[in-house]
Amino acid sequence: MQKITREQLIAKASELLSNGTVSQVLGWGKGEFDYDVTPTLFSSAEELENGFVFNDFCGANFSKYLVSKAAKADGKLLVFLKPCDTYSFNQLLTEHRFDREKVYAVGIPCEGMADISKVKAISGDGIASINADGDNLVVTTLYEDAPITIATKDVLAERCINCKSKKHVAYDELMGEEGEVLASNRFDEVARLEAMTADERFAFWQNELSRCIRCNACRDACPACTCEKCVFDNPNSGVENKSPANEFEEKLFHIIRAYHVAGRCTDCGECSRVCPQNIPLHLLNRKFIKDINEFYGEYQAGEEVDSRAPLVNYTTEDLEPGEVFDRGDNNA
Amino acid sequence: MQVNEYKPLIVAFCCNWCSYAGADLAGNNRLAYPADVKIIRVPCSCRVNPTFILRAFQRGADGVIICGCHPGDCHYTSGNYYTRRRMAALFSMLDFLGIEKERTRLEWVSAAEGAKFAATMNDFVQTVASLGENKRLEDLRCKK
Repeated sequence: MQKITREQLIAKASELLSNGTVSQVLGWGKGEFDYDVTPTLFSSAEELENGFVFNDFCGANFSKYLVSKAAKADGKLLVFLKPCDTYSFNQLLTEHRFDREKVYAVGIPCEGMADISKVKAISGDGIASINADGDNLVVTTLYEDAPITIATKDVLAERCINCKSKKHVAYDELMGEEGEVLASNRFDEVARLEAMTADERFAFWQNELSRCIRCNACRDACPACTCEKCVFDNPNSGVENKSPANEFEEKLFHIIRAYHVAGRCTDCGECSRVCPQNIPLHLLNRKFIKDINEFYGEYQAGEEVDSRAPLVNYTTEDLEPGEVFDRGDNNA
Repeated sequence: MQVNEYKPLIVAFCCNWCSYAGADLAGNNRLAYPADVKIIRVPCSCRVNPTFILRAFQRGADGVIICGCHPGDCHYTSGNYYTRRRMAALFSMLDFLGIEKERTRLEWVSAAEGAKFAATMNDFVQTVASLGENKRLEDLRCKK
């Protein structure tokens, strides 16, 4: 159950629309299903009343939408940001990807978002409706007569179980209470994989990446992937707009995707959230974050505007790539 | 009788200012290193994009080595410092995906180090040869 309600958000948005602070609102819009929440632009109180939703499936990180939408908006654009979204917001500001003057950011608290695939694993397919009831989700399906009650904490998305921060690092206005940066165990899974033998790791990734259908959703949703031209859209690359022909292409795509955002990835977890094949893509990003933290000192992308990303920086005393493997803990 | 002894294919990215000249010096001094090493000249070691390395593996390389000027000696002042960070991250990621870490290497070879160039290549070819063919990053479509 979220601490803030849909009605409070609509009231805030309508107020800012009516007093002229903003001309449009970027918010979560009603989709075909209760769990199918779509980022939408609203420009009036009526539209908000009809289409705006806020529930446990509002995972979408709006920071990336600001790149295209803020430039087009006539006046200011109101955007609702959960704590993890604010890191991406700062990172995009650092990279000068949108005009801060055209955005009015409202920080909202987040209690963690649910993962629909985890809900479906319990309820089964054919979900007709999902409603929050206290700490539970009440799910009605086409195949079951009685509604199924699921504790929200049992179906939290992986990124929310290992939430890194409930603190907003950027906003114009904050609704609700400010949280704290949390001590999460987000690198545990990476460490577990590192402790495996190379053969086991290879088998693990082969199994995961072989499910990739190259829908590019991870790239399209990633707030760090904002290049106007992408190497994977290059018609001469041999890998554009097609599913991987073999294992090599799967690895090529995922290594390059993760590498390109290394040092800039805020670990918002959008890649894994949008993956229709449930590939744990965040593990690749977290591996880079973990390595960078260990090699070059702790760095959280997006924590401060204008901080310099580790891979576009250097010291004369850096580790040699060979030494990376000699540290003992990295490699079993 | 020896039949079709396995010979690894090594791609060496050498920076124009140091390592490529080092390879030249090795040749001038008649220092032997295996002919399995294919040298690609790049303006600076930091010209090497991670995609280049993956592409080399795709097209049949069994090992990829990047050679640049010693830290502090870069012709462009700081290129090799960036290379060092990038390759540390990339090699660690390849290892994370279960690809043998011995197949990739970064070495600093100056224009005066012909002997080091030959020794490095001999050692690298031997290491890769002992691993055998590159199976984990291969693309069967590119096999002859």
